[in-house]
Amino acid sequence: MILIYLIVILLAGAFLAWIAGNWSAVLPRIISLVALGIDLILLVQFLFQTTTFNTKWLIDIQSDWIPQFGIGLHLALDGLSLLLLLLTFFLGIIAVLISWKEINSKVGFYHFNLLLILAGIVGVFLSLDLFLFYFFWELMLVPMYFLIGIWGHENRTKASYKFFLYTQASGLLMFISILALYFVHGNSTGIYTFDYNQLLGTQMSSTTAMLIMSGFLAAFLVKLSVVPLHNWLPDAHSEAPTAGSLILAALLLKTGAYGLLRFVVPLFPSAALSFAPIGMALGVIGILYGAKLAFAQTDLKRLIAYTSVSHMGFVMLGIFSFNELAYQGVVMQMIAHGISTGALFIMAGQLSERIHTRDINQMGGLWEKVPFMGAIGLIFAMASLSLPGLGNFIAELLILIGAFKANILMAVLACVGLIAATLYSLRILQKVFFGKKNTDWKMNDLSMREKVVSVSLVIIIVMLGLFPQPVLDVAKPSLLKTLENHPDKTKDDNMLMNQFDNVPITNQPITN
Amino acid sequence: MTNTDFLSLTPFMILAMAAIIIMIVISIYRNYEVVFGFSVLAFIAAIASIFYILPIIPHSIAPLFIIDRYSLFFFGIILISALLVTLLSYNYLKQLDGIREEYYIIIFTSTLGASLLAVANHFILLFLGIESLTLSLYILIAFEKSKNSSIEAGIKYLILASVSSAFLLFGMGLIYLTFGTMEFSAIVTAMTHLVKLPPLFIYGFGMMLVGIGFKLALVPFHMWTPDVYQGAPAPVSSYIATVSKGAVMAVFIRFFFNIKGFENQSIFIVISGIAILSMFVGNILAIQQKNIKRLLAYSSIANMGYLIIILLTGSNNGIQSSVFYLITYFITTIGAFGVISLLSTKDFEMEEIIDFKGLFWKNPWTAAVLTLCMLSLAGIPITAGFIAKFYLILESMKAGLMILVFAMIINSVIGLYYYLRVINTMFSIANNTELPSIAFLGKLTLAFISIAILVLGMYPGWLIDFITKYVVL
Repeated sequence: MILIYLIVILLAGAFLAWIAGNWSAVLPRIISLVALGIDLILLVQFLFQTTTFNTKWLIDIQSDWIPQFGIGLHLALDGLSLLLLLLTFFLGIIAVLISWKEINSKVGFYHFNLLLILAGIVGVFLSLDLFLFYFFWELMLVPMYFLIGIWGHENRTKASYKFFLYTQASGLLMFISILALYFVHGNSTGIYTFDYNQLLGTQMSSTTAMLIMSGFLAAFLVKLSVVPLHNWLPDAHSEAPTAGSLILAALLLKTGAYGLLRFVVPLFPSAALSFAPIGMALGVIGILYGAKLAFAQTDLKRLIAYTSVSHMGFVMLGIFSFNELAYQGVVMQMIAHGISTGALFIMAGQLSERIHTRDINQMGGLWEKVPFMGAIGLIFAMASLSLPGLGNFIAELLILIGAFKANILMAVLACVGLIAATLYSLRILQKVFFGKKNTDWKMNDLSMREKVVSVSLVIIIVMLGLFPQPVLDVAKPSLLKTLENHPDKTKDDNMLMNQFDNVPITNQPITN
Repeated sequence: MTNTDFLSLTPFMILAMAAIIIMIVISIYRNYEVVFGFSVLAFIAAIASIFYILPIIPHSIAPLFIIDRYSLFFFGIILISALLVTLLSYNYLKQLDGIREEYYIIIFTSTLGASLLAVANHFILLFLGIESLTLSLYILIAFEKSKNSSIEAGIKYLILASVSSAFLLFGMGLIYLTFGTMEFSAIVTAMTHLVKLPPLFIYGFGMMLVGIGFKLALVPFHMWTPDVYQGAPAPVSSYIATVSKGAVMAVFIRFFFNIKGFENQSIFIVISGIAILSMFVGNILAIQQKNIKRLLAYSSIANMGYLIIILLTGSNNGIQSSVFYLITYFITTIGAFGVISLLSTKDFEMEEIIDFKGLFWKNPWTAAVLTLCMLSLAGIPITAGFIAKFYLILESMKAGLMILVFAMIINSVIGLYYYLRVINTMFSIANNTELPSIAFLGKLTLAFISIAILVLGMYPGWLIDFITKYVVL
């Protein structure tokens, strides 16, 4: 039941916040905080009660929704979704806190949209019925569209259209694929159902599998903003209000990665394997191209948006490496990128709240004005270039080792991305906090509320860097389950092991 | 005529009687409220009488009528839509100068015509129904005599509908020439012995298709739609979009499935072509519209394009999905036009999209209803339109109509663009025009429509069950 509560609390909070917005501007914020807080507490409590993560599903609930079409209300939680839910609720709270001063108009409706997006994301992470999954997948679009379109910056209309049309068009392709899978499964077994567990292992020819998989890929690669499909991302990220950018970068992108791990790899094991070289290549292209474009931007939010493209390239590379090590890296990257890029967007928001520009050529020398903000900026720029000791380092290292086992050339090229990351990260620091002062801004350092937000993010990113093992332990059973249907996995690993004895291949990832 | 025959026609009698009674009442004592109240009661009585005659169906009165579950279901949809339109007309007409009570007489005669289509089993009744429907519609469209655009739209509809009726009649004549009968079931019997359809029949069917295409506003017979939607009073536009099209759809589906039109190669190709053209033309032209009534007109063209795909599935499940789609389309369209009618005043028709600027901040609940309608038309989850589109795509895929499904998907994305534009306008910064406050009755109707959209979007199982039970040909 807890899974239903998680969603219902958010939905109820959303409507309450909207109604409360008629009377007061503070009430909706408090309602949102309470709703997210209750969800977070429920989940953390569950986390501590759970003794073992080695079951297939930690919670699994199922009931009928539209039985005529074999659609069920099937929600389930495993380690992977648990981690992503924790991230969602935590960043949800952060999103409410950072909008406290920034959003002053239509506060009730703003929080309604915010909570509705989060409810959609929670639903996506929990659904085990493909129809329900698509339902939630689409549910988060409309409120996000409003968030960008109403509270965004100057070019918000174009950005919101672009966001909606890209995601909706690709989503519809996925929908066709879901239906095709439904019919393929129904025709071969006589059971017409959208249930994930039953659809696993559907027999189909390799051409059919490839065609159906491409629909899923369309939706997930657009969300993950893999390079030829990334066009919506810089606009949406840079025009959205700070909380919108945070949710887009930290959570919405992750739904694409989650979809690949949960649906594409297990449902189409052999088709995914044959797509792997292209997938890895797309990942590497994303890493390098994203980094290059990030380096060329002058708009701070756009710059950070392109670093996301680059970092999501690592996720793509890891997922199509098909081994446990890379997958652990992917999970780590999803969380660490959520925190670090989210923090950078928050910093950009704080800056533009103070000096009303996002142009980094007008900044410079801000360190002496806002030393605290500078220090936070420094930490997260370092996270972005994956400095050892921070979560991103663990993530990218694991992905690179995993990718090396699968495809040496790709791994080597991806390593170049680390150098590029250093370039753009240092450029942010140089242009914003160091260098010569371009304009003499009058500005205050972070307020207490902003300090709480930033410091909590710093603590988490450092914890992830120093003690990654608990996270990896929670995620491990789900990752093994994802790779379980993979026909060539063992053969693949053994072959590689013989080939590269010097590469440390263990099931236990690096511990301190 | 036996007792049962008589009994089975109760709902029609009620409609006809209602028209006559209002006429008499007006000649004695002219009062808008009384006439309106009576009309609502008469519609409710007609709807109730459907349940009354349920035990005696299926019943057919040879050769004209066939009263079965299918026809009663469509009859129900038509009556409920007509009732909703009536409820939303109250305020719109109340503020007009001059006579307005007669509006309700015409609503009854046109609804009677529409209902006849649902029970038609014969070309004569089909023609009778279509004519009483369209003749009434001329008057309704041109009801605002003081407005030039209204008169213009009425005349346009008059001319084009007469031409289309001529086509329809000619088509029926050709089919009669081929088989010597005008009864649907007799035509089917005559066709069973044939190896190949006679060319004369194909021509006849083609002519009929032109006539039907006019009524349903399918491309390339759609030219009248935007002008008429724009010129007619807003409630009448919603009446044309729902009751009139639904009724024609009902009889066309019955006829098409009886003669198994989907089995003929050339008919199949023609219908697919019309469907694809309607979707693309409707959606692409809708993008450029600045007037929301014209936008809804083009969107209706596109929606009818989606709907006639289902004719090609050739299965009862296909029809059921199209009925579900029709119901959600009706509710949504009536909702959208309802918002327009309720926000319009005597001197100011709220029809330019720009007029809706900032509506959300001035009148949030009304704007929320219109947003919901737009999202439902675009097929976004938690609205009925999503389930309807899903159902339609599911059945089309089951029948293997992949090209048409892909055309529909592409069009959904195009459609999204202009639906979003309306929403976007409502949410942008407000300008300072005053809006009329909305009467209680209007609010109630809009609330009912919104709840229906949400309930069907989240919990559609019961309606699907209901449809599968009743809509079987």
